[in-house]
Amino acid sequence: MFKGIEIEVGRIQDSTWDEPMGPTPFPSVGTLRNWDRKFLNRYKPFYMPFCDLCCLCTYGKCDLTGDKRGACGITMAGQQSRMVLIACCIGASTHAAHARHMLDHLLDEYGRDVPLDVALNTGVEAPHVRLVCGIRPKKLKDLEDVLDYVETQLVQLVAAAHTGQEGDNIDFESKAFHAGMLDHVALEVADIMQIATLGMPRGEPDTPMAELGYGTIDASKPVIMCIGHNVLPSVDIIDYLMENDLFGEVEIGGLCCTAHDMSRYNKRSKIIGPISWQLRFIRSGIPDLIVVDEQCLRTDVMIEAKKLGIPVIATSEMSCLGLSDRTHDDPDVIVDDLVSGKADGALILEPRRVGEISVKTVQGVAERRGEKKPFDIGEISVIAQECSGCMECVRSCPNTLEIAAAVGAAKEGDYVPLAMLYDLCVGCGRCESACPVSLPIISMMTKANEDAIADEKYPIRVGRGAIQDTEIREVGQPIVFGEIPGVVALVGCANYPAGGGDVARIAEEFLKRRFIVLTSGCSAMSIAMTKDEDGLNLYEKYPGNFDAGGLVNVGSCVANSHITGATIKIANIFAKRNLRGNYEEIADYIYNRVGAVGLAWGAMSQKAAAIAAGCWRLGIPVVVGPHGAKYRRMLLGRKEREEDWNVYNARDGEEVYVGPVPEHLFYAAETVEEALVMIAKLVMRPNDTNKGRAVKISHYIDLHKTHYGSMPDDLHLYVRRAQDIPFTMKDEIMKVLEESGWVEDKIAIPDPTLLDRMVRRRG
Amino acid sequence: MSAKTILGQTAEIAGPKKAFIIPKPEVAAAMIKRAERPLLVIGAEAQGIETADGDLIDTAIKVSKSGISVVATGHIVGEFRRRGTEVHSMPLMNLGDRLRDPEWLGLDGKGRYDLAVFVGFSYYLEWLVLNGLKSFAQDLTTISLSRSYQPNAGWSLGTMKAEEWKEVIDVIVKSIKEGN
Repeated sequence: MFKGIEIEVGRIQDSTWDEPMGPTPFPSVGTLRNWDRKFLNRYKPFYMPFCDLCCLCTYGKCDLTGDKRGACGITMAGQQSRMVLIACCIGASTHAAHARHMLDHLLDEYGRDVPLDVALNTGVEAPHVRLVCGIRPKKLKDLEDVLDYVETQLVQLVAAAHTGQEGDNIDFESKAFHAGMLDHVALEVADIMQIATLGMPRGEPDTPMAELGYGTIDASKPVIMCIGHNVLPSVDIIDYLMENDLFGEVEIGGLCCTAHDMSRYNKRSKIIGPISWQLRFIRSGIPDLIVVDEQCLRTDVMIEAKKLGIPVIATSEMSCLGLSDRTHDDPDVIVDDLVSGKADGALILEPRRVGEISVKTVQGVAERRGEKKPFDIGEISVIAQECSGCMECVRSCPNTLEIAAAVGAAKEGDYVPLAMLYDLCVGCGRCESACPVSLPIISMMTKANEDAIADEKYPIRVGRGAIQDTEIREVGQPIVFGEIPGVVALVGCANYPAGGGDVARIAEEFLKRRFIVLTSGCSAMSIAMTKDEDGLNLYEKYPGNFDAGGLVNVGSCVANSHITGATIKIANIFAKRNLRGNYEEIADYIYNRVGAVGLAWGAMSQKAAAIAAGCWRLGIPVVVGPHGAKYRRMLLGRKEREEDWNVYNARDGEEVYVGPVPEHLFYAAETVEEALVMIAKLVMRPNDTNKGRAVKISHYIDLHKTHYGSMPDDLHLYVRRAQDIPFTMKDEIMKVLEESGWVEDKIAIPDPTLLDRMVRRRG
Repeated sequence: MSAKTILGQTAEIAGPKKAFIIPKPEVAAAMIKRAERPLLVIGAEAQGIETADGDLIDTAIKVSKSGISVVATGHIVGEFRRRGTEVHSMPLMNLGDRLRDPEWLGLDGKGRYDLAVFVGFSYYLEWLVLNGLKSFAQDLTTISLSRSYQPNAGWSLGTMKAEEWKEVIDVIVKSIKEGN
């Protein structure tokens, strides 16, 4: 009965798995420290302090500027790296708490033995769990061990940030990497369990199209707006609508990742838009009921909802919003209280009680819609008269938008400048908070754009989840040899410097160049929201398969694990490297061979920081937009320092120079054009074949010439031998190389590794 | 000239060590002329920032002809080239990282810069990079010529209106050229 199972104290080992255990199962905080230091020695942190003080203990505040030290002895570098660690811990804890909440609920509802059947044609169901923990989860219950491990490690990492613990900045950085690695495990756990239990797509490339945008909502019906990331309460609403045949009578739409996962559960639910639309959509007066779960919510949602008489149902202990816990009250009494306005909202902590209460409430509330209507468009110019032109709105705007000038024009009845700001605005509302006469600037902007918004309707391919093993087999070789020029993942939040159209532009640039483009979260939504002259968006023009020229929407934030998971599976499935508890070897493989780059153009949150950190430890470079510089430190290589770019040749153990590939591990680009060129460069890897390197160099040169108006001045660092030169550019490139003193074969093409133990034979 | 320390963005407040206000444009010009190895750093927002010469790129081109090294960040070197001028090009992150390195010999390989002058950036990005240099490149003098006070520079112009700023920049550029 118990054949094949060994029970250790507190942990179950699977002895039916014949893959040998690697050296680092369930790594502790310091296990991979030496691995991290290889990267941190090559990519040294460049700190840009976001604050010169430390205010974490009662000795302080301490001024750490320059060489000063705090009362505990901490340096500026130490403090900045400590804040990076804290941010990554917050992000990873958020995903882990999300996963734990879901797991507890799903174990109760579906039982412990639900098989983790998470993707078609796939044997490697959980690459991160296998790699980090050294276990092969088969059933839902197996994920408990994994989360126990993640939670224990996160507690230790947070402890390291206490006063008088860690002091060395590089050790703080290593711990941030650890948090990132844990984050991807937690992401994977969260997503595979919801796929396995809720019937979400299992890696099908051709998932159906869902609808995105304001215009998808039929505002003549009662409208429920769900905001957040944890789909369980929304699932119950959808189920209730289905079971009671009410889907045609009530509209349900979502913002942010909950919306992605709602569409993965049932494509008839609508995706309203990215997280930055919260304030706009609440103010539009369209929603009759707001249901919030967790993460990236506006913490003033109650204040905003109350202004328009919209009841709020909170559903997570992470975000109770000051509401009374009504979980165990009679649903009809709760509905009466919400519909009558006796209660502004209710906290319902049992997901399976949310559906009935929400639907009954929205039906009741919709009847009194309009009692507290937002203002009419004609009133904008009247409201604008209050503006004194103090410019506080402009100074408070993250993107220094010309708000004052637009409001000034509105005074004269010209609403066009206000409407023009709509696409550039990140929706934070700081302008309103700063305004001394409390102008509702976001509402004015939204109202001024009312007609355009009403027609906003875009198709978006439903998040597919994992990449199938069979797809990995097909593309593993061309990726590793460099013949598919690269894998670019456009992920993260919507804190864009100049609107979401930039994300679509970047995606299209690389799709045209036959890169594999993956996406998730708010970025996946932004990609949908740009149409070409024929009215088509990128989801309509490019297929969803994991192959050259494919645009792969994996889904929500937690589905980001499938992007890094795909790189891990390349090492395992294509290269036959063991995954089991074998982190360093797999990361070494990815770093030296898989030309993957992450781009988080609008990265905003601590969760995005943790996701990036998980990429760094795997050796995947991450580019962020200019606001990403506020993460306060970059990890930058110095391409001119030859001594930094040596690897071992695994064939004979010789240390050889391979050039600065990839040049950086974490990098903020000032402009889209800079990001395009940098991404094209960062996909180069030491293992590229001549043909593959030639393809990559041709894209790098082409983008550089387009945007910088010249050939790159560092080609001599990337052309290893004449065969690396794209044939059509040979004369032009040779001229540049000769001028820079290029020497053929100075840059080696070894079997590259950073790990001494991977050397097969000493020369 | 204004001597206002109003921040360009509300929350980008100063730390304990704040930039000295440049009292008049001639002082900035004198600092630049006195420096042994000055570097003018032009951000990607330079195009379209109006100056007496046209825009900030036109002004930077004028300065480069005075023999002062100019580096364009982002992709903006392309615009210099379209206007027929070659200047150095380096991404802002790469440049900040190198400016804090005492062993870096500069874009021309001739030695370390003793002065870096910043203009043409989004406020927060310049704020951050200057703060990195404030703590980690203490022997480098930094000047911000942006239209809003930059607290993390060593020296900064005060916050002023666009017209006044244009005049100030014009005086600085003319003063630099007069010294050559």
